[in-house]
Amino acid sequence: MARPRTLFEKIWDNHVVERQDDGTCLIYIDRHLVHEVTSPQAFEGLRLSGRKVRRPEATLAVPDHNVPTSDRSKGIEDEESRIQVETLSSNCAEFGVPLIDMNDVRQGIVHIIGPEQGLTQPGMTIVCGDSHTSTHGAFGALAFGIGTSEVEHVLATQTLIQRPAKNMRIAVDGALPHGITAKDLVLAIIGKIGTAGGTGHVIEYAGPAVRGLSMEGRMTVCNMSIEGGARAGLIAPDQTTFDYLKGRPMVPKAGAWEQAVAFWKSLPSDEGAAYDKEVTLSVSEIEPQVTWGTSPEDVLPISGVVPDPAAIADEGQRQGVERSLKYMGLTPGTRLQDVAIDKVFIGSCTNGRIEDLRAVAAIAQKALAGGRKVAEGVYAMVVPGSGLVKEQAEAEGLDRILVEAGFDWREPGCSMCLAMNADKLKPGERCASTSNRNFEGRQGPGGRTHLVSPGMAAAAALTGRLADVREFLG
Amino acid sequence: MEKFTTLTAVAAPLPMDNVDTDKIIPARYLKTIKRTGLGAGLFSDIRKDGDGKGGPFVLDQPAYKNAKILIVGDNFGCGSSREHAAWALLDGGIRCVIGESFSDIFFSNAGKNGILLIQLPPEEIEKLMDDASRGANATLTIDLEAQTIRGPDGGTIHFEVDPWKKHCLLNGLDDIGLTLQKAPSIDRFEGGQKAQQPWLYGA
Repeated sequence: MARPRTLFEKIWDNHVVERQDDGTCLIYIDRHLVHEVTSPQAFEGLRLSGRKVRRPEATLAVPDHNVPTSDRSKGIEDEESRIQVETLSSNCAEFGVPLIDMNDVRQGIVHIIGPEQGLTQPGMTIVCGDSHTSTHGAFGALAFGIGTSEVEHVLATQTLIQRPAKNMRIAVDGALPHGITAKDLVLAIIGKIGTAGGTGHVIEYAGPAVRGLSMEGRMTVCNMSIEGGARAGLIAPDQTTFDYLKGRPMVPKAGAWEQAVAFWKSLPSDEGAAYDKEVTLSVSEIEPQVTWGTSPEDVLPISGVVPDPAAIADEGQRQGVERSLKYMGLTPGTRLQDVAIDKVFIGSCTNGRIEDLRAVAAIAQKALAGGRKVAEGVYAMVVPGSGLVKEQAEAEGLDRILVEAGFDWREPGCSMCLAMNADKLKPGERCASTSNRNFEGRQGPGGRTHLVSPGMAAAAALTGRLADVREFLG
Repeated sequence: MEKFTTLTAVAAPLPMDNVDTDKIIPARYLKTIKRTGLGAGLFSDIRKDGDGKGGPFVLDQPAYKNAKILIVGDNFGCGSSREHAAWALLDGGIRCVIGESFSDIFFSNAGKNGILLIQLPPEEIEKLMDDASRGANATLTIDLEAQTIRGPDGGTIHFEVDPWKKHCLLNGLDDIGLTLQKAPSIDRFEGGQKAQQPWLYGA
């Protein structure tokens, strides 16, 4: 009988073009997503060596990092940003790569539009010059971020030279308590394994709490795999996956659909498959999570207090915490719920989907009913992950609730997740953010980021401090 | 890509863990369509903090002006996939980074730009960090073929390296050219996949 295999091993084996004696493999890439920041040098490389794109139809490009989230009719004001977006358009035209441009209603963050268009499917290999490509693993696709040299390699050959990753399994027991979301779950996981916990591994998320998540929630979890060091995250495809995909523009056509679903059902890990590393945790222990430092592993429950470096024995670790607290402007022992904020960012490939916006609007609506709005002096922006998410939210009336409650309703893009467009923190400003990285300077030089779930971000906007979302849920 | 065979140079100590790619090069420097000139953004935000003891940042100290080697802590290069981090290091003169561990994507990006990354246990890193803190007099010699680092006191440390990566670095190979020679295998793979999973080809 064949050796039991993991989901990762099945996808890997299905994509090996050639295996070298030293274990390095040439693997086939089914789909390639491209954005404006990490592709110009790759297209330039092709041009200089007279090479073509092997499968333009397996490639999809969209500008997202540099696009303004305000009125776009005037174009992009910043010259460098404009050149980068224009370069993507001209490269796509020259090499025949399909492009969703800035003014297309389908435009959005590359990791939102892949699933939304049905480009992302179980069993595929998917790459993009962006570390949050791990998002697509929610569908049981092997999806990972690559550098620009690898972008060029995939454009030219539709393959990559890789060594197989190790298998890691994170099993999550229990069901998410009221007010606890996929974001809290993944932050708690990163807190537990550390930012290098998954290095060299692909993480498969399993267990009842993961199975119970919607596709949106699964994407949030897989999205932050890279924050735990893993290039890719995976969740086995199931009926939730198939239901999400059915009817989307790029999925298999009628006839082929049944054949594809039958294949997808063969993908989940076999009983008895071996993992190099296994971690289990229970969500019944989880409170809403919030980061206090400058690494996603610096995370605590909202009931916690800012840690005291003096209590840390290891000198290197102590210095690290001291540096983080100095950067964050926090005093040891302060209750996290007493930390005042200046800005709120709701959006990103982590939390810019329709469910996220519904969660925010639900809290805003409750606050409005109690006569509350975004706290005085706080600026709270909501940036939908794509034009279609925005359209859906507007059809549901979410934008009206949010605007009435004092939130700023914006155009789609990466926005203040990494501050490449005009949306950024000023030095010293503190932000409750639904994005994925709280690194120094990530949201603007000197800006201070606290990573939270969408509901927690809404609660922070309404109170003007880090707050427990459960106070608003009743 | 430039070959990497041997390197004798000053090593600069950067004793920090989790140096993420936003620290190596902040996002605002990524608005370029070129691979060159990114040294201007190298460590831009942490440079202004100096050495943490009131002095300038290590690469701004005269002793380390010509450093081509960087000694770092754990999980260097974590975060974003931006190859600009490797381009910025290269533009800043760095050809080799020695640390406890590196993130997967950064590891791959460095190798494709002729930068050798060497992973060593914490006790060896501590020793090299001490050596490096002796400044311009403390040069290291790295011999990739022999997989050795020779310290200023003559002691030698052996390091492991992926055989394929070693081959590419020693010869300065562009792996796209090598893969394109395998086009018949890729054609064959696509033919087989199309027969089994026709929906991947628009069916």
